Amino acid sequence: MPERAAAATLLLLLLAAPGRPGEAPAADPGPSAARRAELVHLLRHDCGSCHGLTMNGGLGPPLLPATLAPKDREALVVTVLEGRPGTPMPPWKHELAEAEARYLVDLLVEGRVP
Amino acid sequence: MRRRTAIALGLAAPLLPSRPAAAACPEPRGTGDLFVIVERARGSLLIAESTGNTVLGRVEGLGDLSHASLVFSRDARFAFVFGRDGGLSKVDLLERRLAARVVQAGNAIGGAIAQDGRVVAVANYEPGGVRLFDAATLAPLLEVPAVGADGKRSKVVGLVDTADNGFAFTLWDSGEIWLLDPSDPAAPRITKFPGIGSLPYDANVTPDGRFYVAGLFGEDGLVLLDLWHPETGPKRILDGYGRGEEPLPVYKMPHLEGWGAAGEHLLLPAVGRHEVLVVDRRSWREVGRIPVLGQPVFVVVRPDGREAWVSFAHPKNGAVQILDLERLSVAATLTPGRAVLHLEFTPRGERLWLSARDDDRVVVMDTRRRAVLASLPADKPSGIFSTARAHRIGS
Ligand code: HEC
Repeated sequence: MPERAAAATLLLLLLAAPGRPGEAPAADPGPSAARRAELVHLLRHDCGSCHGLTMNGGLGPPLLPATLAPKDREALVVTVLEGRPGTPMPPWKHELAEAEARYLVDLLVEGRVP
Repeated sequence: MRRRTAIALGLAAPLLPSRPAAAACPEPRGTGDLFVIVERARGSLLIAESTGNTVLGRVEGLGDLSHASLVFSRDARFAFVFGRDGGLSKVDLLERRLAARVVQAGNAIGGAIAQDGRVVAVANYEPGGVRLFDAATLAPLLEVPAVGADGKRSKVVGLVDTADNGFAFTLWDSGEIWLLDPSDPAAPRITKFPGIGSLPYDANVTPDGRFYVAGLFGEDGLVLLDLWHPETGPKRILDGYGRGEEPLPVYKMPHLEGWGAAGEHLLLPAVGRHEVLVVDRRSWREVGRIPVLGQPVFVVVRPDGREAWVSFAHPKNGAVQILDLERLSVAATLTPGRAVLHLEFTPRGERLWLSARDDDRVVVMDTRRRAVLASLPADKPSGIFSTARAHRIGS
């Protein structure tokens, strides 16, 4: 898993760095279809152990468009990668590349969790 | 045997022509070998038997069962299932059907059944508190809002039955233990112990019903309350077991259950450390710690007390470790399936059932040979509950 995360980060660097200066990260195609399926599985079951299988909340708060939309998306991506020290929200940066965390946050904020 | 049954039927049939239903009625059976398996995503239960290791049937329509748990009626005929979505369902294990169901809160975490079996209590996250129901009808009896010393409603965890039909539970947000005596529903008596520590994530009672132990997430330590002498107040045990080191990330909260009969010891998962803590049940001092390969989630003692089997949080949830409780060390590491969520022994410990969520299987193991005996298909299985729990204190 960390290898894959590292590979994804490398891919990001390759895509973002040479020859394409200043290009927005939006151009990043994000995780592959196979990886997306794994990420959704992780979201439902592993994030779901604290946030609920339906993201309706549990020990952790609900992760629904209504609660997340007013929040800054980049800050939410940081929350997923770094966790919130002093709370049970763990850091996922050892498991997830930034683009993968962003993919999950986008799904949540836009209410598109398959 | 079979021939004798046939003869008996042959004799009986002409005498009882008006009872065709008798032919469809299966042999009467007990419930003592039944196991109930939660299928978390599908919202259903599998009812299985542990004599031949087969699934008898499925009961559907129980709502959101992520993180669901259940308790049994004292005759072990019914299961009371606590769903994440606040649903409380009463399931008939023999007829394998839903007997009653209420949606009693927005978000629930677990529950307990009173010592005399007449009252079922549910711990709720939203709105934070405990609600009591008549075990026969699921009619509501009492609501106890968990308003902490901070004036806010708290999520409730670690709800268990105590002596004299009472209940004990813990307030996650405000860090309190409450004892509830509901014998007069019009004027329930509540004894509150505030300030027990930061973020108690779960609690349970020792198998003898005497000590209530709460684990803390926000601090290195646990809290002990002697239910024989609650007036002496909660005490901190294993204080500072993390030795001030930075905690490791916890990808799934540990659970306090499966304490069984581990001699003089009680086994506890450390939080944010890859260790199982071993405590002396008399002095409540640490007698050792066993390094394990990830964040322990369930540490379940085999009924003979000789071993404990441990499951782990993501990303190590494909492994199960067996602890030798004489040597206090790891005896074996197994990889019985993907995403092992729960472990349950048969009442005398010769077998262990475990749920492998990502394999959609429940695996039955011979605990002496540590070999797989059977593998039963199940849809995203999580909790597994033996009806032997009907006769145990706590959860
Ligand atoms: C062990 C429990 C646990 C797990 C597992 C967990 N979270 Fe959390 N999460 C929490 C808690 C508790 C909070 C609230 C922290 C606080 O009090 O600020 C939180 C907060 C968040 C927030 C911020 C919500 C807000 O309204 O600001 C996001 C986003 C989030 N989690 C996403 C995730 C994702 C994605 C995963 C899986 C990759 C995940 N969480 C796994 C416990 C968990």
